[in-house]
Amino acid sequence: MNFWNDPLKVAAEWLEGVFVGWGMNEIASHVLVVFLGVFLLVLILMVIDIFLVWIERKVVARFQDRIGPNRLGPFGLVQPFADIIKLIIKEDTTPDGADKVVYNLAPVLSMMSVLMVWAVVPIAPVMLSVDLNVGALFLIATGAIGTLSIIMAGWSSNNKFALIGGFRQVAIMVAFEVPMLATLMIPTIFSGSMNMNAIITAQDGLWFFVLSPLGALIFLIAAIAELGRAPFDLAEGESELVAGYSTEYSGMKFGMFYAGELLHALTFGGIWSILFFGGYRFFGLEQVSPFLAILIFLAKALLGYWVIMWVKYTMLRIRIDQMLVFNWVFLTPLAFALMLVTALMNALLKDASPWLYGLGMFLSNVVVGWIAIEIARSVSRKEREKVEGVHQVAEAHH
Amino acid sequence: MTTEQIIFLIVAGATLASGLLVVTSRNLIHAALWLVATLFGVAIVYTLLNAGFMAVVQVVVYIGAIAILFIFAVMLTRKDMRDSGAQLNSNWWAGALMAVLTFGGLFAMLRTWGGMSKTAAEIPAGFDQIAELGAQLTSPEAYVLPFEVASVLLLAAMVGAVYLAFNKK
Repeated sequence: MNFWNDPLKVAAEWLEGVFVGWGMNEIASHVLVVFLGVFLLVLILMVIDIFLVWIERKVVARFQDRIGPNRLGPFGLVQPFADIIKLIIKEDTTPDGADKVVYNLAPVLSMMSVLMVWAVVPIAPVMLSVDLNVGALFLIATGAIGTLSIIMAGWSSNNKFALIGGFRQVAIMVAFEVPMLATLMIPTIFSGSMNMNAIITAQDGLWFFVLSPLGALIFLIAAIAELGRAPFDLAEGESELVAGYSTEYSGMKFGMFYAGELLHALTFGGIWSILFFGGYRFFGLEQVSPFLAILIFLAKALLGYWVIMWVKYTMLRIRIDQMLVFNWVFLTPLAFALMLVTALMNALLKDASPWLYGLGMFLSNVVVGWIAIEIARSVSRKEREKVEGVHQVAEAHH
Repeated sequence: MTTEQIIFLIVAGATLASGLLVVTSRNLIHAALWLVATLFGVAIVYTLLNAGFMAVVQVVVYIGAIAILFIFAVMLTRKDMRDSGAQLNSNWWAGALMAVLTFGGLFAMLRTWGGMSKTAAEIPAGFDQIAELGAQLTSPEAYVLPFEVASVLLLAAMVGAVYLAFNKK
């Protein structure tokens, strides 16, 4: 076993040897090495997070036909550091009557809920972080902590706009958690496990996106809602709701929410790629070198992140009651129906050839999606007839 | 003492302390947040017992849903959240009696239980805990009846909630 095949294990064993050589207890040195590993992962994620600010600003600029940051350094690459220095030296304000402990804890929990997801993310065949057998559920559990941080931020700010923003955001997050949980079951059904790495290795022949494109789409919608990005940024509204739950936060505390959101978007891009696009796998290239596998995973995660940004900067704003109705009346039943159909098809086609299995799954997805759209179309047509009168709707259809 | 026992003692102490703070803090939101800490402590105890699935479900259901619902209910029903009223109502003696009886009953029951001094059996390699749990929950020889009864109970609760919230025109 050499460094290039399994860098983390070799480095960890070498470090443990060094610590034991210094006269340290074997268990203590092991704990210390694990701690250093976690520290390294968090450090790398935070550095990536800094450059996500640059990526985000560059991409939004292209979507809006601008150039974006281009003054500091090549392609404006030094710009995020200027942003961070600005955030750090800003005055750190605490509103009057704020609940200080809860107020300061909220941004930390928000960031923590994102970093905790990476505990179960396999970034290469030999780098599995924690090989948890309930990895998919763990994702939802960390989301629960994120929800908690938002309600804490909204309440402790002692500001009615922050509280209303917090309520609105949490209402969306709690609602869209349901279809997310239902669609998380779809890769679980295909792979027979909730373990993230088992889900990746099960995508041997076909990516799960091919087997369940509708499931991938619903998961993406629920993930964007979980992030609170447009079109789900309904907690914010410059003219009537100010900036949502983070209204009263200044300087780096606001920066924690902002950086947490960016890293969360990348994280969900990565989770999306793990669940439906094979994670670090790419036609056997991941077996060549773990470093190549990391690059493949990062590229897929960034591609998912790009899709999330694409949605964010091109979608219109939707009213919050419509958004919640969309979830409870349309998306949640659809996600559950899809889960049931997938489980049924899996039971029927378990012993069939892979081609028949894939074709059956894909077709059942198409049928479920088509039925859902037809039902939605007829319901919305009736709604419009109620509002506009039969004649106008009939005329509009000619 | 093993490391695991030390960790257990710390976690159990923190859980009990936050449980105490749930009932003693005057601010209802603080009480709800301490409840979250208590539930998190229970999740860590599950992890120490090698029940990862239970720990994750504990966080998803109790923190992600029930605690958030508690906080919502407190925020939407109380006019002033800085509660200054009395912390006890006239039923305090009944509550105290129930608590003492429950503690006494559990204590008497567990005092004669032989499992306290046993060490846990090793989980064999390759043993799929979740698959086993799922099989037990759906097997007629095991727990399918309690599982279904719980489902029906939840369904009834859901129908009741919908009925109460339904706005009659």
